[in-house]
Amino acid sequence: MKKTRQNYNQNLTIIGAGTAGIMLAHKLKHTGLSITIIDPAEHHFYQPGFLFIPFGKYSLKNLRRPISELLPKGVRHVKESVESIDFDGDSLKTNAGKTISYDTLVIATGTHVDHSMTPGLTDSGWKKDIFDFYTPDGAMALREKLDQFKKGKIVVQIMDMPIKCPVAPLEFAFLADDFFKNRGLRDNVQIEYVTSLSGAFTKPVASEKLGHILADKNIDVTADFYVEKVDSDNNKLICYDGREVTYDLLVTVPVNVGADFLKDLDITDELGFVEVNHHSLQSTEHSNVFAVGDAANLPTSKAGSTAHFEIDTLCENILRQLDGEPLEETFDGHANCFVELGQKKALLLDFNYETQPLEGTFPFAGFGPLKLLKPTRLNHLGKLAFRYIYWYLLLPGRNIPFIHAKMSLKGKKQPQNERVNE
Amino acid sequence: MNKTINGHDVDVDAEGYLTDMEQWNREIAQEIAKELDIDELTDKHWEVIDWLREQKSQGIELNIRKVGNSGVTDIKEFYQLFPGGPLKNASKIAGLNKPTSCL
Repeated sequence: MKKTRQNYNQNLTIIGAGTAGIMLAHKLKHTGLSITIIDPAEHHFYQPGFLFIPFGKYSLKNLRRPISELLPKGVRHVKESVESIDFDGDSLKTNAGKTISYDTLVIATGTHVDHSMTPGLTDSGWKKDIFDFYTPDGAMALREKLDQFKKGKIVVQIMDMPIKCPVAPLEFAFLADDFFKNRGLRDNVQIEYVTSLSGAFTKPVASEKLGHILADKNIDVTADFYVEKVDSDNNKLICYDGREVTYDLLVTVPVNVGADFLKDLDITDELGFVEVNHHSLQSTEHSNVFAVGDAANLPTSKAGSTAHFEIDTLCENILRQLDGEPLEETFDGHANCFVELGQKKALLLDFNYETQPLEGTFPFAGFGPLKLLKPTRLNHLGKLAFRYIYWYLLLPGRNIPFIHAKMSLKGKKQPQNERVNE
Repeated sequence: MNKTINGHDVDVDAEGYLTDMEQWNREIAQEIAKELDIDELTDKHWEVIDWLREQKSQGIELNIRKVGNSGVTDIKEFYQLFPGGPLKNASKIAGLNKPTSCL
């Protein structure tokens, strides 16, 4: 953030005390703005940890903190949910009937899974043979199920894009392979990955370098499979073109949608994600409304790292808008994530709107110490350590050393035959 | 990467998707459709292709659900029009990038 003025006196209202909302409150606490954050939740969860819960690692207690402890002093937390927004009157109403006026509104309500979007998903098989791991309850229920699962076919399946943390289902499949190997049961358990996309890997360099991992781990892939309905009496997924996939245990990633109160507003797309300028994060409908993180309809990964890289652009633009200045269009779609591969190895990805995940070194060109797009033990340790970085650096809005908001091409290996403007 | 499709020079990625949607025309579409074993593009095909291009030109990311809600076609018909993988095949014919995840 370039602006340093500390005597703003306007009201900033943030809806959502997730990763983006809490970071934003910290980043703007010295500007003088009067900050209100609205979220009915008591606790904030470290959501990347949900992936490990079904495999008996972590407990929910390890992954959550009271929101009150995470917010900076002076920020008002309204523990209610938003019911409606009056964009012309710059105010909103909560479920408890409170009216809150704002000068600037930031929507940071994230995304959640909506089981009701797929016919049959919550019929007789729900929580019996069908589970998801994107909610604390879902992850815990699946933990119990996996612990008893000795034999049969597990299908890890994605309903539709976009989803939060797009690599999580693939990581789940890898960790499941590990889990049953460690229990000596892998020969009795078949694992199939089913996706609406063209394959488990969809980007050229990643496909070429990593495509073999699935075969190596004996994970079957069914691609271009868009589920029309779940027949849970017969444990079958049915695709719109008539293909069927059977399962004994279905681990699904249901359709991801935005917050309920956003769905029918003219500022969102049909899944309820706020339509924003992809580089400035300003709503395309209202100049004093912004969206950040998973709640925005940005064509990049829905992930905490993306929200983190958006924050500087967002803070600067909130203040510029209040000062009546033109906004800066600096967000480049940057995302960075560790991908757990099992057997204590992980990959690291670093990419943006323009550049696909490439091989190379990170964060220092030529040195690393982390290697991009290569399975290493250090990346795995990085993934585990990230939980501490998240609580102590990322959420409080501190800078993470050597990690920059703009993606750098330095240290990245360009694929042949492709020119990239550096 | 360069490719000549029906006499037109276009830039494509490693899998043959156009990298610049402005280089596209209907003759190119027909040729790509043939490569994908779709012999004839019917009025319905064109309606879907035009809709996809219009969405993309507005910067909207596409997914199958959006096509299903477009009013132009439904998902079942979308699979019939562009068998195998409707969104990836329709995108390719429409001169658009491949629908991808982050990896």
